[in-house]
Amino acid sequence: MLTEVDLAAIRLTLKLATVTTVILLIVGTPIAWWLARTRSKWKGVVGAVVALPLVLPPTVLGFYLLVAMGPNGPVGRFTESLGLGTLPFTFPGLVVASVFYSLPFVVQPVQNAFEAVGERMLEAAATLRAGPLDTFFSVVVPLARPGFVTAAVLGFAHTVGEFGVVLMIGGNIPEKTRVVSVQIYDHVEALEYAEAHLLSAGMLAFSFVVLLFLYTRKGVRAWK
Amino acid sequence: MEMNALSADGIRARCRVDWPGFTLDVDLDLPGRGVTALFGHSGSGKTTLLRCIAGLERGVGEVLFKGTVWQDSAHGAFLPTHKRPLGYVFQEASLFPHLSVRRNLEFGRKRVGGQHRVSLDHAVELLGIGHLLERMPGGLSGGERQRVGIARALATSPELLLMDEPLAALDLKRKAEILPYLERLHDELDIPVLYVSHSPDEVARLADHVVLMEEGRVVASGGLGETLARLDLPLAFAEDAGVVIEATVGEHDARYHLTRLDFAGGSVFVARRPEAPGSRLRCRVHARDVSLARERVEGTSITNLLPATVTEIADADTPAHVLVRLEAEGTALIARITRRSLDQLQIETGLRMWAQIKAVALLG
Amino acid sequence: MKRVFAKLLSGGALVLAPVLAQAAEVQVAVAANFTAPMQKIAAEFEKASGHRVLLSYGATGKFYAQIINGAPFEVFLAADDRTPARLESEGRIVPGSRFTYAIGKLVLWSAREGYVDPQGEILRRGGFRHVAIASPKTAPYGAAAIEALTRLGLLDAVQPKFVTGENISQTYQFIFTGNAELGFVALSQVMEEGRVTGGSAWLVPTDLYPEIRQDAVILSRGARNPVAVELVEFLKGEKARAIIRAYGYEF
Repeated sequence: MLTEVDLAAIRLTLKLATVTTVILLIVGTPIAWWLARTRSKWKGVVGAVVALPLVLPPTVLGFYLLVAMGPNGPVGRFTESLGLGTLPFTFPGLVVASVFYSLPFVVQPVQNAFEAVGERMLEAAATLRAGPLDTFFSVVVPLARPGFVTAAVLGFAHTVGEFGVVLMIGGNIPEKTRVVSVQIYDHVEALEYAEAHLLSAGMLAFSFVVLLFLYTRKGVRAWK
Repeated sequence: MEMNALSADGIRARCRVDWPGFTLDVDLDLPGRGVTALFGHSGSGKTTLLRCIAGLERGVGEVLFKGTVWQDSAHGAFLPTHKRPLGYVFQEASLFPHLSVRRNLEFGRKRVGGQHRVSLDHAVELLGIGHLLERMPGGLSGGERQRVGIARALATSPELLLMDEPLAALDLKRKAEILPYLERLHDELDIPVLYVSHSPDEVARLADHVVLMEEGRVVASGGLGETLARLDLPLAFAEDAGVVIEATVGEHDARYHLTRLDFAGGSVFVARRPEAPGSRLRCRVHARDVSLARERVEGTSITNLLPATVTEIADADTPAHVLVRLEAEGTALIARITRRSLDQLQIETGLRMWAQIKAVALLG
Repeated sequence: MKRVFAKLLSGGALVLAPVLAQAAEVQVAVAANFTAPMQKIAAEFEKASGHRVLLSYGATGKFYAQIINGAPFEVFLAADDRTPARLESEGRIVPGSRFTYAIGKLVLWSAREGYVDPQGEILRRGGFRHVAIASPKTAPYGAAAIEALTRLGLLDAVQPKFVTGENISQTYQFIFTGNAELGFVALSQVMEEGRVTGGSAWLVPTDLYPEIRQDAVILSRGARNPVAVELVEFLKGEKARAIIRAYGYEF
């Protein structure tokens, strides 16, 4: 059976993934909008930066975050000057790291959905007296809804599956930074294979269900 | 001075757009009432001009609507599209796929403050879409979609209606389905319309004023009848060159199932029409359907004969033909005849002749 | 002519090297705390023998899990004596190959100069946010730190400030980057040439924690690799011991 420590790790993981997903949708949407609409020469650069976590080893991201958010790093100095202390080994620190880590998983589906909406819908809305913000919420967001669902599910699942970055900056503190993936690692390290199996099987089932959901609803749109 | 007088209650559009391989450069004063057709081949810049007026394209220049500045590049003024009191009908209806027909209609309507000059019911009734209100756009035919698109634009009670080839994406049957609705718009609503088209038939049926465009420039701008009857315009070279005549239903001939149409300069008989005497009808007389005779011809099956005076002779689209412009008491006609006939009959300007009209296309 | 021939021969040897690699190489799993000394020892060994040493660093517990699941290590330098003993009882090593190659020392270290006093009073004074330790479940230095704090009667006070590295290298990294003000690491990590190289440190008295005996074994996989035996012999030799001692280990 799952121990109290395991359950705490599961609760923490779900909380981390939820908070991260909400922030990602808030942060990722304007980025996706900009990327979908801009003709700026910086589009390629920004797109590449957003996509970096797709190819970057989590250890690289974790290492730089550890250095940047530490007391001698620029982010660390900033958070300390705000009286917030430094972020590594804290839940907010994990959230920040997860937001970076899962950013492309949210930005890209939303960006694709925005691009699919097309210029013409925006023009039609403008000729019907809808201002840019109005158009965004009454036309673009509803039309891009499948993209948002994909983004939220992928962002959530990817954060749940995060390991390397958390390991590098989490400090493995129960109920604060010890998420399921780290807990599994600890179990394996401590040769507690039965416990490791239980959690691992849970993760496997969760990931499969998420992907099954995404693949079976692909292409299904309510109004088509 | 006259230009200023026009722009006070009309539309002034001075626009320049520079794209690689294309330049739009127009300076136009358009009437603030009736249907103005922007006519020309694809690539002539008519859609771009329309988009500039709508603010969807941001050229350099100025756009004034009935004295209100919509754009004035010299002073950095630019009223965004959503603040311009216009309705816009796109070539494809561009309905919002996530909203029902009703909610599409309400979309613009509820964003317009103040009073509605066109009631929603009226727009729905005018376009005959009452039975479609609860449907989703995905389930509509092309013609139905376009009618909803037009009603949606009307529902905002626009002060100017811009239509970008609203029929171009439709087949003949659908076109025939929608044209009557457009004519009703013209007859029943007092909204100025700018109508982009490359179809002479549509223009002849709908327009009061024609702007002829070519390669980003305005070639001619004027009333429908006078513009169509000008021989110096590319319009006249088209295979279906001709004139438009505004006629009144005179009387019906029950025995032969004919209807007499009267207009300035004469009258013609056409197959029986359903309209009551006194109704106004617009009809089109193609140049190829007009032949000329020096004397009144007897013993011919052609019943429609009009006395007219030759006012102009010009080359036609083939070397074998010429175009002859005639004036019949205020109504212009164009005849397309062979050069040989021209010489044999010794036709020259000022000559009084008989125009024989073989066919009249009634435009509704 | 002769020299050219010799060159050709050696060229041939290079080509054949991959084929003979099994005999000329040895794969070694090294406890993270022994990383720095082992690099030097391996370099010396390679120079002396001409063989290649392939080193992997990590947590002893992780290596155990990998070894019993078929990892291709031939020699294992653990951070404790328990894990090698367990492997021995399971018959996964060359019988009689187990020996203690070093006895580790625990140190409380900070990257900041003068932060940790030479008596370790800072632990009582407090005033820090994070104390980094290695996972006590899997890392012997982590377990030793817990034991020392327990004997000092400070465990309850300090425990809430723990941040746990998955191995002793990561623990060092937490402190080195300043994210943890101080922490317990192996003396070997902060020492070179017999002295602490930077920051400030308190050498935890050896009577506060059980001896950290670090045992090495030749694993069953290395039974037929003479290089494994050669390396182990080299580890026991004076040249290697001098290096080990310079990093603060005892025997």
